[in-house]
Amino acid sequence: MKPVYIAGAGMTKFGRAEWSLIRLASEASRSALHHADLGEIPVDGVVVANMGAARVNKQTALGSALVDQLALYPAMAEAVENGPASGASAFKVGCQAIASGMADVVLVTGVERMRTVNGLEGTDFVASLSHPEAEYIYGVTLPSLAGMFARLFMDRFGVERKHLAMVAIKNHENATKNPYAHIQQTVTMEGILTLPEAAVNNPPIAAPLHMFDCCPVSDGAASLVLVSEDVAAKLGGPKVRVAGIGQATDTHAVHEREDPTDLKAVRIASEKAFGMAGATPSDVDVVELHDAFTILEIAESEAAGFFPRGEGHLALERGETALDGKLPINPSGGLKAKGHPVGATGVAQLVELVWQLRGEADERQVQNAKTAYACNFGGFGNNVVATVLRREG
Amino acid sequence: MAKISELEASLRPPAMDMPPYPPKVITLASGEKMVVRQVEREEIPTLLEAIYPLLWVERDFYDIVGARLFGELLAYKRYRVKDEYVLAGLIDGVLAGMVNGRLVDEKTGMSYHTLTIRRGLRVGSHLFAAKMEYHIEHCGQEEVLIVAESPIGFRRWMIEYPLEKRFEVQHELGGVPSWVLPKETYYNAKPRLVSGTRPVSEELLKSAETIVLPGEETVVRQVAGEKEGET
Repeated sequence: MKPVYIAGAGMTKFGRAEWSLIRLASEASRSALHHADLGEIPVDGVVVANMGAARVNKQTALGSALVDQLALYPAMAEAVENGPASGASAFKVGCQAIASGMADVVLVTGVERMRTVNGLEGTDFVASLSHPEAEYIYGVTLPSLAGMFARLFMDRFGVERKHLAMVAIKNHENATKNPYAHIQQTVTMEGILTLPEAAVNNPPIAAPLHMFDCCPVSDGAASLVLVSEDVAAKLGGPKVRVAGIGQATDTHAVHEREDPTDLKAVRIASEKAFGMAGATPSDVDVVELHDAFTILEIAESEAAGFFPRGEGHLALERGETALDGKLPINPSGGLKAKGHPVGATGVAQLVELVWQLRGEADERQVQNAKTAYACNFGGFGNNVVATVLRREG
Repeated sequence: MAKISELEASLRPPAMDMPPYPPKVITLASGEKMVVRQVEREEIPTLLEAIYPLLWVERDFYDIVGARLFGELLAYKRYRVKDEYVLAGLIDGVLAGMVNGRLVDEKTGMSYHTLTIRRGLRVGSHLFAAKMEYHIEHCGQEEVLIVAESPIGFRRWMIEYPLEKRFEVQHELGGVPSWVLPKETYYNAKPRLVSGTRPVSEELLKSAETIVLPGEETVVRQVAGEKEGET
């Protein structure tokens, strides 16, 4: 396989956008292309990640639409839909194109505009990723799956609501340092958990998860420019190499898993990514996890191999995952506060890591970051893509 | 009160005795303390100034809520509405939101509007709850008639409390079929939805003495959010 490098990264501010879906995608793409500074080097391929445009925005064939918007003809183009893991899946497809020698430059853009519908419709659209006969028809939603998962996980490993609140507090704080984040508001333990007012400030959504345990519904787009080794050699700027990618699946219905608290697909995808990179979790300097719900940051931090099983919350408690800790997790604010436009999320995680590895993350910069890891969690853990990036030179 | 002419007196609706709303303080999710207190007539122009830029913000029906609220507050200031009251939420003196309503008679209240300027911290939820608290606990009313003009309001009031249908009654806000919060439902919802402590410290009360307006740009930006995705 030929090496793959990331030459450019860009995104739109997450939140509620007035721009059209394709305008969001094109603005993030332009930002990434500007960052890559390709000059006369042409873009050979475009891969767009998206989950719900066909349903929510009544638009399909997004790859072709983006090529047209950016006048990148005759670049090959396609769209990838893989639920909330669409972003990292599209990134994987782009990497494959370069690794196979089929392309030298591929633009990967994730985009979602889901605030055009109301909250009930938005929740229903995301729930359509669940098992149609075993889950969806019984009214299962992603918050309800996460609630059941959280209860089991908390019972088994002694995780308390204060730990969930600690994830929220940390990620909200990080997001205030990220101008692209949806939520620019710190929260406190008193305000969301311990004072009587917390009952109103932070109402239950799907017990034991409360409002501040859940990510917001966001619009947004993120984009990466992938290049071959030959092209990377011609470009200036720090070199970020795609060191490893792993993908794994698990049962569609969560209740069919032998142990639902074991995020097997995260574990296997991470092992594959680290194996390909020739690295171990202890080599990683900065991490972006898929914290659509606070409990997932804790559970994924264990399944990915950063902490022993049942000890993720203890590391959190010790401050190890804080921005100035031993292993900063979600310096961007994570899905929890940066936001979660589902199709864009996997790409946005990697955008943050590229900026971190290039030393361009401003106030939230993790010092001397050389190796980075991301986990894009599709379904409710039934399709996971893990990525390891490394700075060269 | 200054002496008024006979004609002016005849134009004003008769007023009932209304108890004052005792101020309270609520700690928000951010840790900031919001003082909720009654707004006096002479303070109304300040609120009107805050509402004015929102009259053209379509998002979440701020335009219609703003326009109607503007009229209601003006009517309150100029004595053209019967038994209205206004409450405001202030964080370090800065206006975070406001609510208003009126008493139809001794037993029934009429909720008018809830307008949040500082969004994302459930300020509107707290202020609406304070309004219900005023009707039921302080005015001793049996029920409050309520409608929602936005889906957010519908979720917050009709679903969260939950309210009962009283569709045979046309609400004063556009003749929309009314919903009602009976006293019993209020007390059932109180542990979940009504919060705050009294008395408020002198220091906090002083901080909330003068209503400070966030800048016009801040008001519109907080309420309307991003106009476009920025790169």
